[in-house]
Amino acid sequence: MKITYPHMGYSYVAFKMLINDLGYEAVVPPEPSKRTIDLGVRYAPEFACIPFKVLLGTYLETIEMGAEMAITSGGMGPCRAGYYGIMHQRILNELGHDFHIHIFEPPQVNYLDFIKKLKAIKPRGMSWRTFIQLIKKGYGKLEAIDEMEYLMYRIMPFEINKGDTANAFKKVLEILDEAQTAEEIEDARWECRKMIAKVPQDRSRVPLKIGIIGEIYVVLEPAVNFYLQKTLGEMGVYTDRSIWLTSYTQKNVLVEGKIGEKDIHEMAHPYLNELIGGHGLNSIGEIVIYAEDGYDGVIQLAPFSCIPEIMAKGIVPRVSREEGIPVMTIFIDEQTAAAGVLTRLEAFLDLLKRRREQQAIKEKSLA
Amino acid sequence: MPVRVGIPRYLGYFSFYPLWKTFFEEIELEVITSPPTNQQILNDGVAEAVNDACIPIKLYHGHVVAIKDQVDVLFVPRFVKVRKLETETFCPKFLGLPDLLRASINNLPELLDTRVELTSGRFELFRIAREIGERFGVSLARITRAYILACQALRRYRGLMCKGMLSDDALECMEKGNQASKRQNLGELSIAVLGYPYLVYDHFINMDLVKKLNGLGAKAFTAEMIPPGRLLREAKNMPKQMFWYYSNRAIHAAYYYLKKKRVDGIIHVTAFACGPDAMLDRLMEMESKKWGRMPFLTLSIDEETGTGGVDTRLEAFIDMLKRRSVK
Repeated sequence: MKITYPHMGYSYVAFKMLINDLGYEAVVPPEPSKRTIDLGVRYAPEFACIPFKVLLGTYLETIEMGAEMAITSGGMGPCRAGYYGIMHQRILNELGHDFHIHIFEPPQVNYLDFIKKLKAIKPRGMSWRTFIQLIKKGYGKLEAIDEMEYLMYRIMPFEINKGDTANAFKKVLEILDEAQTAEEIEDARWECRKMIAKVPQDRSRVPLKIGIIGEIYVVLEPAVNFYLQKTLGEMGVYTDRSIWLTSYTQKNVLVEGKIGEKDIHEMAHPYLNELIGGHGLNSIGEIVIYAEDGYDGVIQLAPFSCIPEIMAKGIVPRVSREEGIPVMTIFIDEQTAAAGVLTRLEAFLDLLKRRREQQAIKEKSLA
Repeated sequence: MPVRVGIPRYLGYFSFYPLWKTFFEEIELEVITSPPTNQQILNDGVAEAVNDACIPIKLYHGHVVAIKDQVDVLFVPRFVKVRKLETETFCPKFLGLPDLLRASINNLPELLDTRVELTSGRFELFRIAREIGERFGVSLARITRAYILACQALRRYRGLMCKGMLSDDALECMEKGNQASKRQNLGELSIAVLGYPYLVYDHFINMDLVKKLNGLGAKAFTAEMIPPGRLLREAKNMPKQMFWYYSNRAIHAAYYYLKKKRVDGIIHVTAFACGPDAMLDRLMEMESKKWGRMPFLTLSIDEETGTGGVDTRLEAFIDMLKRRSVK
């Protein structure tokens, strides 16, 4: 059976291995392109958010490539993403495709259903033990990819020759792609760390620090957010993003022990005191955290018409004022163009630079 | 002088107003309701609210602005859950509404942002009533009495709507007592007008949709005209419930009318850029097609919509239905 899955950042490398390990044929989804979005927009409801449209487009593209089934996640709301799977299935059926979408609902909602769905994926004759080991191995790879991506964005603003880090990361992905067993993945991880660290760097620079928050899909998928982190990195800006697929970075590298969801929610409390679905509450809490950690600014990324992020955006001005940190919101839809985003980025960076200079002058005069 | 409580005439108003009003009046507070939506309220709302918000949220801001200087406390309940149905809650915009208001409107009076989550026990509503009552220093006996009367008022209101009255007519009827005259006359066509109560029952923003339908010889049926128990039974048609209370009510009502075959067409009233409606609208459209090719019209409303456009679309839709019924 040919199985596909949503394209989200660089995670496709890990999912490919997992599906092949289980004895199916993985159809690697192509990186979202103009065509993907066009296909999605044609059949999706007008006001669905960009992730919905991109996913629909991806499914249609993978169907052309022969995929028969997609594995995706559900949700318990109130963000619309939890209802995607069902809507996609109905729209694809209406278009006459014999395509099954296998939706994993969060186990908190219905434990039995989750087990049943797992069982349906587990090949006959494979023991649960091996099955779980394979999933763990896949997760290990996902963690490795996340770590490398994290390292890439840390080093990028210091690189001497523009593009070195990005090229190193490309090679790193290939190496990780080839690693098949758990040991190989571990070895590859060590090798990759070295490769990225070897990029020639100028450590005397003091780059601007920007935090990136917002809705998970547009934050994680560079093809949809116009390679925001890479663009900023190559402009010499240090970026940190709040959301990763695995919790590796949260457990190991994030600043000063403020790590769990609970802490983030705690930080948001003076401004927003209710889980509003998606990453709305997180967005507010993370602005506070970035402000405390001395970042120069925050960029909020969200799909156009995303309900939780609109709520967050309504509250952001107050947070920004009281915490003293500039925040820029970029809403992304199929009409957004790279040039427009770039202009806004440049203006935002100018603002941050000037702000930093002024602060330096103030400090000097005080001293 | 009694404490003045302000109730914005929007969002939850259409579903729960008699409950709130009776309760607050019985515990001897003065209730001030904002005027029916008008152009000024719309303008204020558009000016105050975050620009990406949907029109209902903007209107709510407008209603708050309209009464904020006349009241001591503003009643802005935070709706979380009112019934147990899978993971159903309210739209995120309802969940964060008090916080959004605080962030976007200056000089607000104190907000009474009671968290409404009725699923954790049978007496939750009473607990909430007690919490509010005690905040204003009312005795328990008085709160209990007010609570019982308020629940009765709500039941009566819902009963009147089930009999085929619109929200405004039902409220007027409860105050003045004249019943039968307020019901819509039976037209030659029946049309299900589905959507959120704050779009279906607000005459200003939907440009008198129901009156227009009546004028064209059609009777309007809404989700509130279906007995609640009967409505809930339609939930089984869906593999997974939606996450939003009002959206579920609308889609369940669609199933009800589609199956009963009592209506000639369905009109879905939706707000421009409404998040949940992006899913709901497509789902309704697909279901209408599936269940006997029921004619379906989506009427999208925003702050710029002109009467002319709506009139034309309605007339065309009704003409089409009439021609269809002749065949």
